Amino acid sequence: MNNCTERLYNGIIKENPTFVLMLGMCPTLAVTTSAINGLGMGLSTTAVLVLSNLMISLLRKIIPDSLRIPAFIVVVASFVTMVQFLMEGFVPSLYASLGIYIPLIVVNCIILGRAESYASKNPPLLSIFDGIGMGLGFTVGLTAIGIVREVIGAGKIFGFQLLPLADTATGKAGYVPVTIFILAPGAFLVLAGLTALQNKVKNNAKKKGKKVTETVGCGEGCASCTNSACGGKIFPTGNEKE
Amino acid sequence: MSENKFKISSSPHIRSKVTSSNIMLMVTIALLPASAFGVWNFGLPALGMLVVTTLAAVLTEYVYEKLMHKKITVNDFSAVVTGLLLGLNMPPTAPLWMGALGSVFGILVVKQLFGGLGQNFMNPALGARCFLLISFTGQMTTFIYDGVSGPTPLAMLKEGQAVDSMSMLMGRIPGTIGETSVIAIIIGAIFLILTGVIDLRIPGTYIVTFAVFVGIFGQFTNAQAGLFDPQYITSHLCGGGLMLGAWFMATDYVTSPITKKGQYVYGALLGILTGLFRLFGGSAEGVSYAIIISNLLVPLIERVTLPKPFGKGGEK
Repeated sequence: MNNCTERLYNGIIKENPTFVLMLGMCPTLAVTTSAINGLGMGLSTTAVLVLSNLMISLLRKIIPDSLRIPAFIVVVASFVTMVQFLMEGFVPSLYASLGIYIPLIVVNCIILGRAESYASKNPPLLSIFDGIGMGLGFTVGLTAIGIVREVIGAGKIFGFQLLPLADTATGKAGYVPVTIFILAPGAFLVLAGLTALQNKVKNNAKKKGKKVTETVGCGEGCASCTNSACGGKIFPTGNEKE
Repeated sequence: MSENKFKISSSPHIRSKVTSSNIMLMVTIALLPASAFGVWNFGLPALGMLVVTTLAAVLTEYVYEKLMHKKITVNDFSAVVTGLLLGLNMPPTAPLWMGALGSVFGILVVKQLFGGLGQNFMNPALGARCFLLISFTGQMTTFIYDGVSGPTPLAMLKEGQAVDSMSMLMGRIPGTIGETSVIAIIIGAIFLILTGVIDLRIPGTYIVTFAVFVGIFGQFTNAQAGLFDPQYITSHLCGGGLMLGAWFMATDYVTSPITKKGQYVYGALLGILTGLFRLFGGSAEGVSYAIIISNLLVPLIERVTLPKPFGKGGEK
């Protein structure tokens, strides 16, 4: 079970798709206007990721190499459609606020990236844990961005009014929301800020001598890598031991 | 005949007295007439705003450089200019904390995070103003003048109402602290031109292009304006932040092209964008957005207008 927890740690901390790999930027920037939107997007992506990783891992010996991308897309699209219908039926308000970004999970590069670099080469159980780890990492990233944007931009957290708002008409003192944070530029500012913060934390941990892996695994198989200078040293994939 | 007579040193052999802090001091002095007029026009709240934005800008720069163990550059006056320009771009009725927040954003995010003076990718004061404009649209576009909340002449112009060009020239109109008096701004601008800090290329091209654009297209959006209607063009030239922007913000050394041809291109681009935003855009004002968008295009403009080195690129 050690490998499974390693996959979780890898997805959430070491190769966090949002703050470290910088993958899936489109939903990250677009839907994180509030914490609940970020959480919803993260969890629905996690569901698709776990299921597609499992299915692709099971089919990995059947899918011919030359046709793997279309095959992955078909698998991913099927699960996305299922998730979309389920959300429309059971959480219509979240479905309405996420809008077009739910069907767009199909082309989320995290999902295709994990299918290509992990699930198609590894056994089902590990692939499931890889999906959970990566999905939770994405969820943590999106929710963190959503919380910061919602608190600064609207004075709320998960829809709950955190700070009483000022009212200029009646002259009531209170918090004046910085609206730019729930608009598009705010997404970039918060993403950059949080990425810098986690880099700082990791750097500090490294200075104190804690064991933190210095380089990020590129997640890609070395066979398909074009960086000939690397040779598995710059970007350890974690597969070398096997 | 000893060899010691030849002194060998590397260039430059002639040193100019012009330094960053000299230039920034000149700009600060040139901004004083507009600041003084703003304080006289709008009263003590305007003075408070100017002091708060300037202090916040200088303090932010000092604290950041202290914390990051960098060379302290607050005495080069660049932060003073940024803070003062932001203050001049604020409505006098805006709360003081808003000005302070803008200064912190301008210095910290737009200037220091990109490497400090000389590295900022857009004008810090305008970046801060647009940050505030997007965040607090209501308070940043409410102008109270003589106790009456009313539209700026530019907004009235957009609605097709008549405006008084003479009071716009003098500056007895609602608006941001520093933009209302064309005369006070021109006094500062003449000082800068005479001392050689700025030249006419960018502001001249900007204003002429804008006047031509408004002259041609004004008739499509305003029923009273004809083709090259002098009254309409004058009102547009004297209204809003055009003068302040053209003389003090478009000419910022860091965010304008260094090639001569590029400066003409940059000025023309500013004029066209400002005209487009003012005539066909959603709001009455467009100078700030025109300048920061053009700031972003400066590297491209410089690339295409790079002069050929002497002796290269001739006929083969």
